Amino acid sequence: MMKVRRLIEDPAFELVTGRDLDREIKDFYSGDLLSWVMSHAKENNAWCTVLTHVNIVAVSALLNLSCIIICEDAEIELATIEKAKKENVNVVKTSLNTVEVIQKMISYG
Amino acid sequence: MNIDFEINIYHEDYHNAGSASSEIKKYLTQLGLNPKFIRKIVISSYEAEMNIVIHSLGGKLKLDIIGNHIILTSIDKGPGIRDIKMALTEGFSTASKKVREMGFGAGMGLPNMKKNSDKFEIKSSPKGTIVRLSWVIE
Repeated sequence: MMKVRRLIEDPAFELVTGRDLDREIKDFYSGDLLSWVMSHAKENNAWCTVLTHVNIVAVSALLNLSCIIICEDAEIELATIEKAKKENVNVVKTSLNTVEVIQKMISYG
Repeated sequence: MNIDFEINIYHEDYHNAGSASSEIKKYLTQLGLNPKFIRKIVISSYEAEMNIVIHSLGGKLKLDIIGNHIILTSIDKGPGIRDIKMALTEGFSTASKKVREMGFGAGMGLPNMKKNSDKFEIKSSPKGTIVRLSWVIE
């Protein structure tokens, strides 16, 4: 199973904040409607989104997701980073879009 | 077992939104309840919490455990839901454009609460809305 650490070893991904890099990623989830994500994403999923405001941290923490992947270079609010540090939520950013992220993951095998 | 606690929630307090649900999750986890069961309660409490933050003038979430029942009550100070039937329709939302851009306002709040609870009751007037959700402990 892939770990968050493996993701950020790839130059396409950059760690924004996170200490728990040995968290395992069990599948990916993509979504930009919080209620939808809340009711469909599963524990240990990596969540691809272009949402960047502070509430994404709450969703990730409540669902116990392995990390949030902010796609397409969406600008991340400072309050989000601070909150993620406080809640120990891993946040990764990339210029790739969700489909490109998934294609890359498939190429890892 | 009779336990109850309540947490105040404030209008447009997006920064702390989710923390009441986080408290509830921690508490239920400490009780050793089944994680899948906790998930249903936490999804519901998150939706209730966000509804208070987005739509109300402020309110509170109350958690009671009475015997083998868990009861989550969301109480707010208004302005009330004009059309409860519409509000219960998936995809219907009165959220502003600004709020939608933040990823809220999917129109899934009340439907998610209903779907994830054993019993769902709602009362609303301009003075406030009360949503009462209950579960039999699995």
